[in-house]
Amino acid sequence: MHEMSLSQSMVEIIQEQAAVNGFQHVTVVRLEIGALSCVEPAALSFCFDSVTRGTVAEGATLDIIKVPGRAWCWVCSRVVDIEGHGDPCPDCSGYQMQTRTGNEMKIKELEVA
Amino acid sequence: MCTTCGCGTDEVKITSGQQPQRAHVHHHHHHDDHQVHAHDSEARLLQVEQDLLRKNNDYAAANRHFFSQRGVFVVNLMSSPGSGKTTLLVNTVGAQKTRYPIAVVEGDQQTSHDAERIRSAGVPGVQINTGKGCHLDAHMVGHALEQLPIENDSVLFIENVGNLVCPAAFDLGETRKVVVMSVTEGEDKPLKYPDMFAVSDLMLINKIDLLPHLNFDTNRCIDYARRVNPEIEILQLSALSGDGCDAWWAWLSSGLDTARTMRKAAAGDQTA
Ligand SMILES: Nc1nc2c(ncn2[C@@H]2O[C@H](COP(=O)(O)OP(=O)(O)O)[C@@H](O)[C@H]2O)c(=O)[nH]1
Ligand SMILES: [Mg+2]
Ligand SMILES: [Zn+2]
Ligand SMILES: [Zn+2]
Repeated sequence: MHEMSLSQSMVEIIQEQAAVNGFQHVTVVRLEIGALSCVEPAALSFCFDSVTRGTVAEGATLDIIKVPGRAWCWVCSRVVDIEGHGDPCPDCSGYQMQTRTGNEMKIKELEVA
Repeated sequence: MCTTCGCGTDEVKITSGQQPQRAHVHHHHHHDDHQVHAHDSEARLLQVEQDLLRKNNDYAAANRHFFSQRGVFVVNLMSSPGSGKTTLLVNTVGAQKTRYPIAVVEGDQQTSHDAERIRSAGVPGVQINTGKGCHLDAHMVGHALEQLPIENDSVLFIENVGNLVCPAAFDLGETRKVVVMSVTEGEDKPLKYPDMFAVSDLMLINKIDLLPHLNFDTNRCIDYARRVNPEIEILQLSALSGDGCDAWWAWLSSGLDTARTMRKAAAGDQTA
């Protein structure tokens, strides 16, 4: 359950932001999560709810923006979208794929008051 | 207790049976500038753009710098519990410790059995107990390094917590990630845990001494691993009998050669 340490990182980032930007309360945390990042959104929400108790982010909504993974297909010689590591090319169904992006996990923005 | 970063060590425990040897390798990063978009007193939107693994990645970069200055070849060993990581390390230490200096960081949720096995094999070993934590992170490894003598031009093994999911996401500052799977696990492991096989540089198929008693399809396993990661290197061995270990040791020696060469190049030292 590394969703727990990810949630703790989120709280740390939010607390740093609160110290710099002086807000009292976060209502929405908008995350960008790559399809290949092996994060379980349900587990992340659950952990986030528990680690934010008593912090400025208590009760905040997690808004997860899923970013597709992208991989180079050696057969088609172009970049295609994939949902997971080890998925075949959506065009040629081959497995000669090299992952390019899709591992991102970041806080994009906060709605604060 | 950490005075540099004030980190709480409530759950994580690091034991070596020795005194700390030096200050730890924390990287003190600057906080990025923050942009405030709206100045509405009611509600506002803050652009943050911060990676959730930023802290871990900063610590990993500090560890990596520490290793490269010393010419250390660092292997992060990952697998399910029981695939044979510690057995392989004990056997490797026994066979290779006269050829180059070796040190080991052992990660487990509980107990220091594995570090004790390493120390009885004759090299320094530090145990990190992660408690409920299911993976090592770069910060814990940085602290473990304080308690471990790390020689120039040496090999450091980091045995991660037995888990094929979470350790894949955490860079420790290692040179290479190695995933171990044993022939008792079923050849579709690479498809069931694709992230782990996608990030690994080398897959070791262990316990091949048991093959005659099983119907493990080695070629299919290799095919699955290559689907997930076309570039992965693959070796087959038995940590128990030693079969196939020569190729593994050659892989280690070649990694160490590169680390040593890069240290000398960086130091401007051309002597052998
Ligand atoms: N038959 C056989 N058993 C092995 C081999 N390598 C490890 N084992 C056994 O597998 C069990 C788990 O090994 P261990 O090294 O503790 O696994 P770890 O959890 O990955 O560190 C032990 O009972 C070992 O003796 C091998 O190559 N062949
Ligand atoms: Mg072990
Ligand atoms: Zn294709
Ligand atoms: Zn610390």
